[in-house]
Formats: sequence, structure tokens, C-alpha cells
Amino acid sequence: MAVAKFDIPEMKDDIEIPKLREGAMSHIKSFPAPEKVQDFMGYPHELGEDWKERAIDKMGELLGKYRSLKVFLDACVHCGACTDKCHYYLGTSDPKNMPVARQDLMRQVYRRYFTTAGKLFPKLVGAKDLTQDILGDWYNYYHQCSECRRCSVYCPYGIDTAEITMAGREILNHVGMGQKYSNEILGKVQKIGNNLGLPGPALIDTLEGLEEDIEADTGVAVKIPLDVKGAEVLFITPSADYFAEPHVESLMGYAKVFHAAGISWTMSSHASEAGNFGLFNGNYETMRAVAMRIRDAALELGCKRIVVGECGHAWRVAYSFWNTLTGIGYGADDPFSVELQKQLDHNYPQPQHICELTNDLIKSGKIKVDPSLNDDLVVTYHDSCNVARASRMGTEPGGQFIIPRELIKSVVNNYHDMADGTIGEATFCCGGGGGVLTDDLLEVRVKGALPRATALNNVVKEHKVNFMAMICAICKAQFTKVLPMYGFDMSMVGGVHQLVSKAIKLEKAE
Amino acid sequence: MPMVDIAGKEYEVDEEGYLIDLSQWNEDVGKFMAVEEKVEMTDGHWEVVNFLREYYAEYQIAPAVRVLTKAIGKKLGADKGNNKYLYELFPYGPAKQACKIAGLPKPTGCI
Repeated sequence: MAVAKFDIPEMKDDIEIPKLREGAMSHIKSFPAPEKVQDFMGYPHELGEDWKERAIDKMGELLGKYRSLKVFLDACVHCGACTDKCHYYLGTSDPKNMPVARQDLMRQVYRRYFTTAGKLFPKLVGAKDLTQDILGDWYNYYHQCSECRRCSVYCPYGIDTAEITMAGREILNHVGMGQKYSNEILGKVQKIGNNLGLPGPALIDTLEGLEEDIEADTGVAVKIPLDVKGAEVLFITPSADYFAEPHVESLMGYAKVFHAAGISWTMSSHASEAGNFGLFNGNYETMRAVAMRIRDAALELGCKRIVVGECGHAWRVAYSFWNTLTGIGYGADDPFSVELQKQLDHNYPQPQHICELTNDLIKSGKIKVDPSLNDDLVVTYHDSCNVARASRMGTEPGGQFIIPRELIKSVVNNYHDMADGTIGEATFCCGGGGGVLTDDLLEVRVKGALPRATALNNVVKEHKVNFMAMICAICKAQFTKVLPMYGFDMSMVGGVHQLVSKAIKLEKAE
Repeated sequence: MPMVDIAGKEYEVDEEGYLIDLSQWNEDVGKFMAVEEKVEMTDGHWEVVNFLREYYAEYQIAPAVRVLTKAIGKKLGADKGNNKYLYELFPYGPAKQACKIAGLPKPTGCI
């Protein structure tokens, strides 16, 4: 991969606030989406003569539709609390990667066209005409935000930069400046069923291979069922789990859990993807179209439960949006949802996270584990941003932090958290989320991983940690690529169910 | 889209140098891509590239990493059927780098 050379930031003892370097990342340009990709999504592929009108119209439409966006653009008092909270600013030193500056890229235009003061006295209120240069800045810096929402935790007004980034990308798409990576994937998931573009026969071949591997390893014939009508659980997981390392280890872990607990389950070739990049683009219709595949699969297969695998933003979409998007969830009683609601078993959370399911099974003794089988490991846990700050798990507040840790500690004997302020609600993004996980943004990804790498390095030094567990396919892919550049071995990175997979006890057939 | 000249013939490639029309692929194209990737092709490399092309012809997608390691293990011996060996051959990652040399589209997703 002919990637432009750049310096890997130096990892210090602590996460330090860097001196500003203006324009340090202004050269970054994610590849634009080509014509056929934009066509499929219903967007133009280049700026037309009326680009400015289209952009302002779209902005007006979004401001009318999402009250949050208007509040966020109005409420900021430039207090500066967010400035040193973004991993991309900490890793790149570029002041435009400060959350407030990222917001101001849109705020200046908002003020010019949508506020009285900005219409009459633009210079007094920092309002600016929308120009192609500003649009270029949007394209550049809205693709250096992983929509991780860490800044929103520290903002006294709760301003969520992620929503502004999403709106920015939606406007960019609307004027013909789409991003190749995300939009190509959104085409594949809708045409083929998953982000990878893995067709049915390849999926069957891959899953059969994994069944062979589990049997060769354990002597137990664990199945990974596909498109089985009447299975109790419809299991939805990111397609990286079929394809990539170390993701596949967790897939084998989920299969062993279902097998050991005697729960009938299936995956779906129609909905063979948990990920939903519609969230990243901020387009409700796209997000809904992608989510509908899962509803369709649940109805077709007649499943009573829907369980979601290790995928951060998928869990955000599932937990926070499925109910209103597609009627999967508690208590929806509109006609659209009634059929599905009747079918689902409401003794269980709908949807349920695989960590909650496995944790419950271990706690209730329905599956047995031997944590000493992981005694070669000293483990820490990376909270994935979308799970940590945009969803929950289980019935208690903070369950999204407690349940994965409880589960890990039940299958390993050696566990140490990273420092406060870098985990839980304050977790640092892996640096590759929100549509940034592409080779053309490698410099952004490597630099954005600096805070997490620093926190990891400290528990490696202090506690000899040699494994960082996580529950997100993007985090796994990002860390296996960038952590080696900071001197870590890529085998340190893996899923929570990779640990479960090693510790779980399977009954051998008589 | 950019064009590249390989052994006197023009080929269309994408921004990252992946071949657009995979039916145009031949060994010269593979060798050219390998030079671009700074990969020195050995028999082991060609085994991987040829397997990728065969698998793609059957399934219209590159094989999952696990499928690839198993196939290479069967062909070249169990000691080579692992991720480590593939990364030695293709340091930027077997999925992306070997696919480029094999003339296949780049696999994308959360990988």
C-alpha cells in the first residue's frame, strides 16, 4: 500500500496536551466516492452549479428535523472544556481537531444563513459565507472525527460533536462529496447483505471451515447455523467476524456458548452484518434501510430473540435506534411493529448483547468455564466508544461497563483496568471508528490511537498486561493495524469471546 | 481513474493502484503490483496469489483469512498454515496486499 510517510507520535509516560500546530492535518483527504457508488446512494458525485443552494437547503432541512443540531450550534460559549478531550487533537496537534473548532466549521456557516445577527453583521459574530474552501475543510475534518462522543462528556452543555459531524457528512453527500470507504460499504451491505460483500456461497464455505476448526480443536461438533427457520435466537454480528483475524476467534466463542447452553440459534445470509454505516453518514433513511434487513430476517426465520455480537456502533444502533427504526425492542405497539412484537419473547431483552447473554449463562451455572485456561494472559479491557457512551447493557445504569468486565473476570484470573479517565465513560476511541477505518486515513488512525496506546503501555509496564480485550470489530481491526507501529504485538488484540472460547467447557459426545 | 503502463499495455487502476478489470490480470500485472508494494515474489507468494484467484473465480470474493491459512497449510506444509507466515510474505496484511497483486478488488469493511 503506497501510503504517504508520516511520523509516528512518540509515546510518553502520560497523555500530554500537545502544542498547537496549525494545519498539521490539512493535507488529509479521504478518497471521494466515485460516480457509481454515489449513484446507488442517490447522491450526485460532483459539485453542480447549484452546490451552495443545495448545501444550505440541506442544512436548513437538518436543522428543522433535528432540534439537537440547532441547540448544539447555538449553545456553545467557547469555554474550552472540550479542547483537549479529542484523541485526534491529542495525537495530531491540529487545532481544527479540537471539538469546538470542528463544530465551528459548521457554526460559522449556520450563523451566516440561519441567525439574524449573522445575516446582518457577519463579522461581529464570526459568521462566514459558505465557500468551496470551507466545504473542503468540512470534508477534511469531518473525516477526522470518529463520532466517539468523548468531547460531549466534558461539555457543560452536552454538545455532541458527533451529531455535527454526521450532519456535515450528510450535507457533503448531498452536494456530491461522498467518502468512498463508507459509501461503497453501504452499497455492499444493501446489495449483498454485508459490508464485506461476502456472497451466500462464500459465507457457507467459510462457516463450514470454522466448524471443522472447532471440532479439530475440541473434539466437539459445534455448529454455526445459517438461515435456519424456527431457531430461537437470530444472531447478528459484523461480517469481519467471518473474515478477519482476530475477529473469527470471537465468532467461534459465540458458537461454543450457544452450543454449551443448548440454545438453538441461527445467523442470516440476508442480514449477515450487524454494522450499520448509515449511522456514520447521519442519514436516517440509509440507517433504516440497513436496519430493516434484520427485521426482515427475524420475521422470515420466525426467531423469538435477537442477539447482537461484538460490534460497537451496531450495538448503538440496535440498543438506541432499532425500536423506532424497525420496531425491534420493548413495547412498540404501532401497527408496523405488532407482528414482530408478537413473535419476540419479551422475557428477554430485545435486542440483547452477546456479553449479557454469556454473562448470565455463566452466573447461573448453565455453562461452565475454567479461567485457568487463560492463565497465560494478563488482560485489560478497552471500552468501545459507541457501547460506552451511546448505549447501555443489562438492567442497571453503567451495565455496559460492568457486564463485559464481569464476563472477562469470570474467564480469566489476571485482570487490570487501564487508568481512570481513559476507560468507562471517559474511554478513548481506538482511532478508527465512525468511517475512519480506511487506508487513505491511516495517518489519522495512527495518530488518533496515541492516547489509548499510552494508557495501554502503562498497564503493560505496571502489570505485564499482554492482552487487550474488546467488543468491537472496528477496534479489533484498527488496533491490530496501528498498535504494532507503537511497538505492541498484534496478538495482544482480541475479543471478549475469544477469551470465553478458550475457557468454556464443552461436553464431548458419548 | 489512473492508467498504468505494464509491459507496453495500458491498464486502468483505482486510487490505490488496484486493478479495475480483473479479467485483464496476467503475471506481468502481478509482478508490477508486487514491485509497487515492495514485495519480492517467491514461490510461496505465487501460491497465495494463485489460490486467491482460484477462490475468487469460484466465490466472487477473496477468501477469509482463516480459509487462506488453511489452504496454504495444506499446500505448503502445516508450519506455513498460519497468519504469521502470511504476514511475513505480505507485511501490510495478506488480505489487502496479496489481493492487489492478484488483481482482485480490495476487501473493505471492519477489517
